[in-house]
Amino acid sequence: MIRRIPAWLFPRLTGAVAWALAGLVLSLILGISLMAWPHLSWAAWVGPGPDGRASNSLDPRSVHLVPLLVGTAARTFLMSLAVIPMGILTAVYLAEYAPSGSRAAGLLRWLVQVLAGVPSVIFGLFGLGFFVGVVGGGLDRWTGDLASPVWGRPALLWASLTMALMTLPVVVVATEEALRSVSGDLRVAAIALGATRLQVLLRILLPNALPGMATGVILAIGRASGEVVPLLFTGAAVATQGSLALNERFMDLAYQVFVLSTQSPDPQASRPLLLASVWALVFLSLLLNAGAAILRSRATPAAPDRL
Amino acid sequence: MLAQRFSDPGPPRQRRIAFDTVTSEAPQNPVCIEIQSLSLWYGPTQALRSVSLIVPERQVTALIGPSGCGKSSLLRCLNRMNDLIPGVRVSGGCRVGGVDVQDPRVDVTQLRRRVGMIFQKSNPFPQSVFDNVAFGLRIGGCSGSELEGRVASALRRAALWDEVRDRLSESALQLSGGQQQRLCIARAVAVEPEVLLMDEPASALDPVSVGRIEDLIRELREDYTILMVTHHMQQAARLSDQTAFLHQGELVEVDRTDRIFSQPRDPRTEDYVTGRFS
Repeated sequence: MIRRIPAWLFPRLTGAVAWALAGLVLSLILGISLMAWPHLSWAAWVGPGPDGRASNSLDPRSVHLVPLLVGTAARTFLMSLAVIPMGILTAVYLAEYAPSGSRAAGLLRWLVQVLAGVPSVIFGLFGLGFFVGVVGGGLDRWTGDLASPVWGRPALLWASLTMALMTLPVVVVATEEALRSVSGDLRVAAIALGATRLQVLLRILLPNALPGMATGVILAIGRASGEVVPLLFTGAAVATQGSLALNERFMDLAYQVFVLSTQSPDPQASRPLLLASVWALVFLSLLLNAGAAILRSRATPAAPDRL
Repeated sequence: MLAQRFSDPGPPRQRRIAFDTVTSEAPQNPVCIEIQSLSLWYGPTQALRSVSLIVPERQVTALIGPSGCGKSSLLRCLNRMNDLIPGVRVSGGCRVGGVDVQDPRVDVTQLRRRVGMIFQKSNPFPQSVFDNVAFGLRIGGCSGSELEGRVASALRRAALWDEVRDRLSESALQLSGGQQQRLCIARAVAVEPEVLLMDEPASALDPVSVGRIEDLIRELREDYTILMVTHHMQQAARLSDQTAFLHQGELVEVDRTDRIFSQPRDPRTEDYVTGRFS
């Protein structure tokens, strides 16, 4: 049966599928760029004239790309501050300290995988219930001001923490993998020189795992920066005063795209901003993926083997 | 030095005769390592069977024997590298400089600083030449100009200084295989150990590099007690003062190197050194 398949079929079939997909992606990027191009004027980025600051009007024509990008950058940065240490500490425990083959480590690893499979809408609801309700509400109760909640409402901080939880598995898995792929020879060499376990970790394992860890972090940022659903519940807003306070709502590129494309009061008027936002979102994710690819290629250096 | 070695018509034979006359008259050096009925198991498999061996200070002791005879296991007992392998059990004792190595109260990191180790496959860190040699010193708290001085002297000690003095900040992985192994020796020597354990230090190298490593071992012998595993019979004969033959976890025979190779007492030793089995 297999013998009857001509030899030329599979190279062509696989090539055709792969190149068709590549063409689709390229035309997507090209199409968005062409459509967005007329709307990417200076005004679309910052607003008309020197005194045209981002206003708080709900009119999409007064919203500009820069405050949207700033909001997305802020929530992604805060998320990184939370997810990088949490993810690395978890991965170090799993790779280094958890007794190998123990049930506890297996359970922990399984839970991380479960976390990776949880739908983003569940994260959103969890963020609303836990961070906004329990943590934020608790803070308000503690400070004794229940009438006008300061922390117990959707806000930048809670959205960032929810995103951190959502992207935790990416960082944990990448870091654990990177730590495990550091050559055993290096570990043995360091131990034979009298290094303690902590010194081996800090001076050999982590520095050598750095490119792999950075790849994980960038992939996490890439995923989070374009994600909308958890933000619906935890703090994104169509228009704000431009404040970046931890306990205030914030503007966000991906959220803007979602709102303008589904519930704009005036679709015709919001179209330029929508196209510009889509373009910015696509290029943000391209940029982050390119960064991850570069780091990944550095993570596997071709060590000159001159033996 | 290189030229001299190449012009030397028959180095192994001549050197052996030369040191025969030295060792037969020189007084025995004080004891550095004392191994007493040491047995070792990997899970249910016994790798060492009641091995006893005395290693004198500042001499080269060669461990020879077929693969799997326990040479490397014995070596790793002396700096407790066996601790890293799960399921290892040890009975009996070994003392290095009077300290019972197996004592659970022993600080293993201190022990490993006193008992350095060189591996078969050179394993420099993917860092600069300088940082490699400085590794052991830095974790010991050495820094600044003292660090620089000690790195330089370790590189000189390992006969590498002239080749790398201008390449200290280059990656160690850019060095040749032989240079990498000498760098590993420099790294081990930098923390000033008393003992150097060498696990087939020259087996993965080209003949010229092997010659340099052997020259280096001869020089290091002046200051360090060296215990070396080798598969290379001529190397053991050229370099070592005493040789121990292990077979199936048992120490069959230990004696002055010239006697092991010229008049072994045990027929198994004779078979091995004459190449009747390997």
